[in-house]
Amino acid sequence: MCLGIPGQVVEILDLAEHRAVAEVDGVRREINIGLVMSEAEGGISVGEWVLIHVGFAMAKIDEEEAASTLSFIKDLGSIYDEEIDQFRESTPL
Amino acid sequence: MKFVDEYRDPAAARRAVEEITAISAGEHRKFMEVCGGHTHTIYKHGIENVLPANIELVHGPGCPVCVIPMGRVDDAIALAEEPGVIFTSFGDMMRVPGSNGNLLEAKSRGADVRMVYSPLDALRIAMANPERQVVFFAIGFETTAPSTAVTLIKARAAGVTNFSVFSNHVTIVPPLKAILESPDLRLDGFIGPGHVSTVIGNRPYRFVPAQYGKPLVTSGFEPLDILQGIVMLLRQLRDGRCEVENQYTRAVRDEGNVRALEVLAEVFELRPHFEWRGLGFISHSGLKLSPAFADWDAELRYSVPGIRVADPKACQCGEVLKGVIKPWECKVFGTACTPETPIGTCMVSSEGACAAYYNYGRFTREAAAQARIPVRSA
Repeated sequence: MCLGIPGQVVEILDLAEHRAVAEVDGVRREINIGLVMSEAEGGISVGEWVLIHVGFAMAKIDEEEAASTLSFIKDLGSIYDEEIDQFRESTPL
Repeated sequence: MKFVDEYRDPAAARRAVEEITAISAGEHRKFMEVCGGHTHTIYKHGIENVLPANIELVHGPGCPVCVIPMGRVDDAIALAEEPGVIFTSFGDMMRVPGSNGNLLEAKSRGADVRMVYSPLDALRIAMANPERQVVFFAIGFETTAPSTAVTLIKARAAGVTNFSVFSNHVTIVPPLKAILESPDLRLDGFIGPGHVSTVIGNRPYRFVPAQYGKPLVTSGFEPLDILQGIVMLLRQLRDGRCEVENQYTRAVRDEGNVRALEVLAEVFELRPHFEWRGLGFISHSGLKLSPAFADWDAELRYSVPGIRVADPKACQCGEVLKGVIKPWECKVFGTACTPETPIGTCMVSSEGACAAYYNYGRFTREAAAQARIPVRSA
């Protein structure tokens, strides 16, 4: 929740509604990308990596940082298990 | 895994520990890691056991579930028990004890309490159940508050009137100020939080060096990040500098997430004061809905008891959150209070210091003590 989980944007569903699909460690879910679309920062496109908090992309990161953060979150055991379970089960696509 | 290895390279860690040992030159230094994620890394990787004995790390208030006081849990349960209400909450909050049980127990008594992953899921439930009132139990620092803000903007745009938010959002800067003002604790600097800083940036921390003369280094979550953060703090102290530095440039930019800060400013305003578990009332530390969103404010739509409830006597979460005691120094730690039957919030939340220590820290600490490992630099 307060710790973001890293995901890769794999599909833009509706740019105007800020809806996209992210994949976290093989699990896909719809996320909101409205807070990482700033033109000044290059917008957001498929293939980019983001930190996701409660279903919202909150920061753009690079692939290296995504791998490092995923490894950190996985290391936390129960935090990761709960987070990924909720990510998976909350809104089936 | 090539990426990760560089942050866990034992040789690099050893070099960092050597530098920490050399720069600190035996002088006792006490640093607070603000974020619960850092606490986890510290326990999981036994960082306390590899640092020289003169470097002390204390855990801070950066766990959003942990800082919610009991009275607000009671208010949440009162809202959940309103006739016709569907009460939605993140999973972590459902196990936090109020003075008369937790939300899961309210659910078993018949309240319609549902776990959601995102505030948008709560809004969807409202749109799917127009004849019911849906209340969302909003908690968290600036990492989650923008999501609640966007959800409210969407609710207003879509004219969803059967949705409201019980806001318990808090901001990270005021408790740092409260800790710096506290006579209980003398700190030499802060390891600044990671992900919350991706939203607020580094600028809000400038008061720490400017007004209190303490350095702050925003750090990442890998063991090497934390060791490097400590090196950067010590270098500042050695050189007589005192500033905000960013070790976590991979994710944190000085200006933060500008759009997220805009939606926060649009939807929320600061409460005059808000109660934090263990820290008491802190001025301008909590977020309530701004007048433009009053129609979606659960505290205006319903009357909540709003009664301040003291923590259970045995529970010392307050001292843990202020960094005054370590989890294992609490009288009920690991005996009456465990992750299965938590008394305090620091054990409930997987981001809490007590849960981190219960799950990981005690093993590395005990192992180090048993083996008497001379883990310091050779």
